[in-house]
Amino acid sequence: MTDTAVNTSQMQISDEVAISIQNMNKWYGTFHVLRDIDLTVQRGERIVICGPSGSGKSTLIRCINALEEHQQGSISVDGTLLSSDLKNIDKIRSEVGMCFQHFNLFPHLTILENCTLAPIWVRKTPKKEAEETAMYFLEKVKIPDQANKYPGQLSGGQQQRVAIARSLCMRPRIMLFDEPTSALDPEMIKEVLDTMIQLAEEGMTMLCVTHEMGFARQVANRVIFMDAGQIVEQNAPEPFFTNPQNERTQLFLSQILGH
Amino acid sequence: MAQDHSTAFVRTQEIPPAPPPPGETGAVHWIKTNLISSVPNAIATAVGIYVVYWLLSGLIPWIVNGTWVTNNIRECREVLAGSGGGCFSVLTERYAQMLFGFEYPSEFYWRPSLAFALLFFAVPPALFPMYLPRWMLIATGLYPFVAFWLIWGGTILTPIGALAGVMVGYYAFTKLDKYGFAAALGGGVVGAWVVWQAFGMIAGGMPGFIALEAVESRNMGGFMLNMILGVVCVSLSIPLGIVLALGRQSSMPLIKIVCVVFIEFVRGVPLITLLFVANVVLAYFFPPDSNIDLILRVIIMITMFSAAYIAEVIRGGLAALPTGQYEAADSLGLNYAQAMRLIILPQALKISIPGIVNVAVGLFKDTTLVSVISMFDLVGMIRGPILSSTDWAGVYWETWAFACILFFVVCFGISKYSQWLEGQLRTDRH
Repeated sequence: MTDTAVNTSQMQISDEVAISIQNMNKWYGTFHVLRDIDLTVQRGERIVICGPSGSGKSTLIRCINALEEHQQGSISVDGTLLSSDLKNIDKIRSEVGMCFQHFNLFPHLTILENCTLAPIWVRKTPKKEAEETAMYFLEKVKIPDQANKYPGQLSGGQQQRVAIARSLCMRPRIMLFDEPTSALDPEMIKEVLDTMIQLAEEGMTMLCVTHEMGFARQVANRVIFMDAGQIVEQNAPEPFFTNPQNERTQLFLSQILGH
Repeated sequence: MAQDHSTAFVRTQEIPPAPPPPGETGAVHWIKTNLISSVPNAIATAVGIYVVYWLLSGLIPWIVNGTWVTNNIRECREVLAGSGGGCFSVLTERYAQMLFGFEYPSEFYWRPSLAFALLFFAVPPALFPMYLPRWMLIATGLYPFVAFWLIWGGTILTPIGALAGVMVGYYAFTKLDKYGFAAALGGGVVGAWVVWQAFGMIAGGMPGFIALEAVESRNMGGFMLNMILGVVCVSLSIPLGIVLALGRQSSMPLIKIVCVVFIEFVRGVPLITLLFVANVVLAYFFPPDSNIDLILRVIIMITMFSAAYIAEVIRGGLAALPTGQYEAADSLGLNYAQAMRLIILPQALKISIPGIVNVAVGLFKDTTLVSVISMFDLVGMIRGPILSSTDWAGVYWETWAFACILFFVVCFGISKYSQWLEGQLRTDRH
């Protein structure tokens, strides 16, 4: 099924493997959250992960940048194997950007400082250069005029766009989105999705956990449906939405698309 | 402009704001709403006015009729002759003892005084970094060594050696940082120790090299002693408290256990017992020929004590941060030290400011407890040499009021500073 998704995609996807997850298992105590996950993501692929709450979709993408530890199986990102070695973890994290449901901007720093902090301290970029990069990405997410404000003075949609810009300032090769629009008021969802669509059009490798099915149809190469810690079904968006194979997928889609 | 004939009159100017009705503003309105808005409120106001009158009617004659020029309490009583005035002569005659203790050589009073004056140059760069250039922190960094030399005297080689040791240690720390934190810390400590030993020998061989006359620790006293203990212990216990708080959160079991045991033990023991330990028992733990200074022992104990409290205050601040902040820092690839220094601690410390200030003010006042282990701080001086002298036995109000004022000024200043700082660090609304 993965193969069809890659073949039918309308945009450039290389054969290069960006993320490879093999036979990965994770437990919280005795609770088996992720079961036998196998997932290969090509460079340039845009994947939407959906599923009922508690199905492990957030946990899955949080394992990719080691915010959560997995107990079995292997994850490698850009050929770097994720192990308990802190050097590898830091390397992977600086290559992988992440956006959170609650933005997690640093409230004590201005928007500009939020964006320049990691490039300056992790990449050792000179301050001036980091600020130029930050302004470039802030313009891209259309809020350069807010650069000297604090996160608390911005709306939710603006904060999420800053969070995206902050990740982009590290020039990541992969972006993870963990329900980026779930905490937003309805009228702000569009501005964040537009930013993400723009990013997708530029060929960024993206994994998005989201319930925005319109977004999935528009930009995803592949939609993954998870339930009870397993990948139940994955397919290109068109067949996924029009002709779901698995019973649980059908039930889920009928519930979220039904109204 | 279109004519609208159905409208008889259209105003072309905005109406200027009208003044509020009489009785809604001004002093009369304020009195009406705040002092006599109801019968109980009016009664409370009357009682309040009476209490203020009663206090002032006692206090003002006490101050105005007071005498400042007599030589002892008997002369005081003759001069005052029942007028109700205070015998403030004790302050004019003994102020030097209250400030410096009774054994600090009077010809050297300028030295601690100068050290105190320099404090006003050393502290602002650390307290007001947003208004002062960064290079002025050099003054803050040099101050401990200069103040030590001024107050204790001796050859200038001692503070220079101490400073050189710190600098070599810091240099070694930054150079070895890439090999891991433990290596860097170990290297820094060894480097500093080697330099200290070397300078110790040099200073021992040349005790007269650019020397101020040495004053021994046991001759320190008065409010100066409270200030020394307060300033040193506050500035040491905050960093130590941060380390303990982070250690208590550590995922490494050994570090965590050490920190938890330390904090819980020190918090469970009264400060006064720690001071007795410092005075008497601690000597047994040092090598027999070493003569660890009493003030140093007391500083160690008070610092440990308040560091444990500050650690718990900061732990509260750390716990108040959403986990998202840790995750965001991690996801950007910041390592532990960077995440703590740049993201977590600035926010946790900001939340902890009221608690830390509470501990700092308490610590400063607790320095008076050293009077119990026969050190003559301000309280020790008043209780001992002044009140038990034949000249001034029984002058309680004047001496204790003076002590209260000195402590109040410092503590109120700390409190005001912390309120101002909280306002400065507020970024959620403008």
